[in-house]
Amino acid sequence: KGPGVHRRAEGFVCCRAREKARPKWGNPMQFLLICVSYAVGLGNVWRFPYLCQMYGGGSFLVPYIIMLIVEGMPLLYLELAVGQRMRQGSIGAWRTISPYLSGVGIASLVVSFLVSVYYNVINTWAVWYLFHSFQDPLPWSVCPLNGNRTGYDEECEKASSTQYFWYRKTLNISPSIQENGNVQWESALCLTLAWLIVYLCILRGTESTGKVVYFTASLPYCVLIIYLVRGLTLHGATNGLVYMFTPKIKELANPKAWINAATQIFFSLGLGCGGLIAFASYNEPSNNCQKHAIIVSIINSSTAIFSCIVTFSIYGFKATFNYENCLNKVILLLTNSFDLEDGFLTASNLEEVKDYLASTYPSKYSEVFPHIRNCSLESELNTAVQGTGLAFIVYTEAIKNMEVSQLWSVLYFFMLLTLGMGSMVGTGTAILTPLTDSKVISSYLPKEAISGLVCLVNCAIGMLFTMEAGNYWFDIFNDYAATLSLLLIVLVETIAVCYVYGLKRFESDLQAMTGHALNWYWKAMWAFVSPVLIVGLFIFYLSDYILTGTLQYQAWDATQGHVVTKDYPPYALAVIGLLVASSTMCIPLVALGTFVKRHFRKK
Amino acid sequence: MEWIDGTSLNAENAFKVRLSIRTALGDKAYVWDTNEEYLFRAMVAFSMRKVPSREATEISHVLLCNVTQRVSFWFVVTDPSRNHTLPAVEVQSAIRMNRNRINNAFFLNDRTLEFLRIPSTLAPPMDPSVPIWIIVFGVIFCIVIVATALLVLSGIRHRRRNNKGLPGLDDAEDKCENTITVENGIPCDPLDTKGGHINDGFLTEDERLTPL
Repeated sequence: KGPGVHRRAEGFVCCRAREKARPKWGNPMQFLLICVSYAVGLGNVWRFPYLCQMYGGGSFLVPYIIMLIVEGMPLLYLELAVGQRMRQGSIGAWRTISPYLSGVGIASLVVSFLVSVYYNVINTWAVWYLFHSFQDPLPWSVCPLNGNRTGYDEECEKASSTQYFWYRKTLNISPSIQENGNVQWESALCLTLAWLIVYLCILRGTESTGKVVYFTASLPYCVLIIYLVRGLTLHGATNGLVYMFTPKIKELANPKAWINAATQIFFSLGLGCGGLIAFASYNEPSNNCQKHAIIVSIINSSTAIFSCIVTFSIYGFKATFNYENCLNKVILLLTNSFDLEDGFLTASNLEEVKDYLASTYPSKYSEVFPHIRNCSLESELNTAVQGTGLAFIVYTEAIKNMEVSQLWSVLYFFMLLTLGMGSMVGTGTAILTPLTDSKVISSYLPKEAISGLVCLVNCAIGMLFTMEAGNYWFDIFNDYAATLSLLLIVLVETIAVCYVYGLKRFESDLQAMTGHALNWYWKAMWAFVSPVLIVGLFIFYLSDYILTGTLQYQAWDATQGHVVTKDYPPYALAVIGLLVASSTMCIPLVALGTFVKRHFRKK
Repeated sequence: MEWIDGTSLNAENAFKVRLSIRTALGDKAYVWDTNEEYLFRAMVAFSMRKVPSREATEISHVLLCNVTQRVSFWFVVTDPSRNHTLPAVEVQSAIRMNRNRINNAFFLNDRTLEFLRIPSTLAPPMDPSVPIWIIVFGVIFCIVIVATALLVLSGIRHRRRNNKGLPGLDDAEDKCENTITVENGIPCDPLDTKGGHINDGFLTEDERLTPL
């Protein structure tokens, strides 16, 4: 093959020690699909609908799309361009830009590692629920019986059957983070299986990953479309859709809406983790990554909006179901207390009958009155939930009321699993690429062994999350491991490319590489707008942490059947600090170390 | 509450019953009349006769009163002398034993034919000896292990074949097999038309001094 010989001839001039070709994607479609698979993850499904609901429904789309164009596309293009140009993983790429900045690559590696440790736990839960979907009735649809079989388990009665299954059967959660409890063997088994699946997908590098992503990128869309059709035909779905899409224009004035739109775009694309750089490094240099950047970011946001529609039709169904249940309970209460004829009281004549009873039997009515709940469809729809609560409690509650619920359950958790696996495979590649690029490690161990070792270490640390207090530690990692660090990393990346490497130099590199000139829009965004935006987000996050004072978490109280807020103990706060510091400190420390090394070598 | 024939009232041995016939049967709901009451009294008497010491209970010993539109009423079982009512505990256990028969006589279930203060025994959930999820887990686990082993072994075999063959020529042919990328920090751009004259990397002092 031409390039091989050509490379060897000038090998001594431009790459002295390079011996073997860099692996490549089978075709540009695989690259596109892995970017899509990496970016489209659980956040699109369980965070975006929540933000949409909190910040004004349809009007949230305005800040979201503006941030996509101003922040998401430029930064995505920047990362892909850097990876494609430098043709190395994150560490090598930033070392090439400046040896003082290889800390950025190391910070990306650390963040990717921390993310992979806790992210696969979500896949564990998806696997657990998936395997439990093959039963009739679904285990979270009924409460288990109590000791003498005269009623249901107390905790289950106070909460609901779906909450009970999540908190007691899946997590077996302890009342607070201090009580660690034992490792749950069922969760440990599922975690091991999840890591084995990840290992299977990444062990051969781009060859295996490139084939897996056809599946992980396309299956979620198939399931979402099926769910869209099913969701829109559910009774009460229109209530949810109307609620969501009614724009509340005054929310646009709320700065939190804009900030959350910016952070959602930022974290949803997976910027700063080194994954995008790793994927692009396996590209042909002439690949048009500008086109891919735009396509991937549009697909990512469209998926979020699409899943929002599905989620809100499910919300509408669930809210209507609960509302009608509530009404039926009130009807039953009144029928039994006043011995009215069975079937006389319906939803339509409820109010007038209540007035009639209040006037005819005032004393008895006043006894019964405290027990009559005020049923409101609006308040059912207002319960905004995000994260694991949405996926494993709210959705399961809606699914158990559908016909053929086993089928819907299997489809849904399979979709969650492929979404999570797609992101895990991307994160795994982000970790492995710098490791396999390094001479030291890859000379001792073959690629399969490195992947195996990484998966093993991650699995061992992940056992922490299978303990009884594991979910609290999961929340810590989820909230703090990646947020501040990624903002800082991407800020340094943007400044490095524009001001350290030089924007003009980068522009001419890209032109030589791809053949297209760099549009002024990208230059303006990279040089001014995006850094300013990121600094703004950074300041917001820091001030938010400082203003709230002590950090708190939601703990499950089994005796009451709902969550309570508690303060983190000091050692948990120390872990949070360590998480943030371990990645952010890499940048200044490595820069300092390189400076010191140079200084001594000069002498 | 007055009883029909003036037997002394003993409210703690009386139980309230509530039926939701229209909820259970919809259009096929039957009207609750004195014949249905007779059937009910017969079922209660039947249940009591199953209790070892009460085989002599007759339908006339079962008394109903306060039948409402709901349909709900109170009932009590008296002893043969009609002087006092049978203890609640006995009645309770008798009804519990025969709850299914009583329900079926009226085409109702535990929820639509309620005996207040007599809790029904809930059906135990189906509990297979091996939980189903473990079976599914086992199957998937085995498949994944086998696939992983196959991939790893084929990788090892391929690498052994490569090492036995010609080591120098394989880099260009293998586009995406198990190649280990070795690099020295300087990217190599095969389309670099300027050839070897430009070193695109950031030069360190060492590399400038090292002769080519």
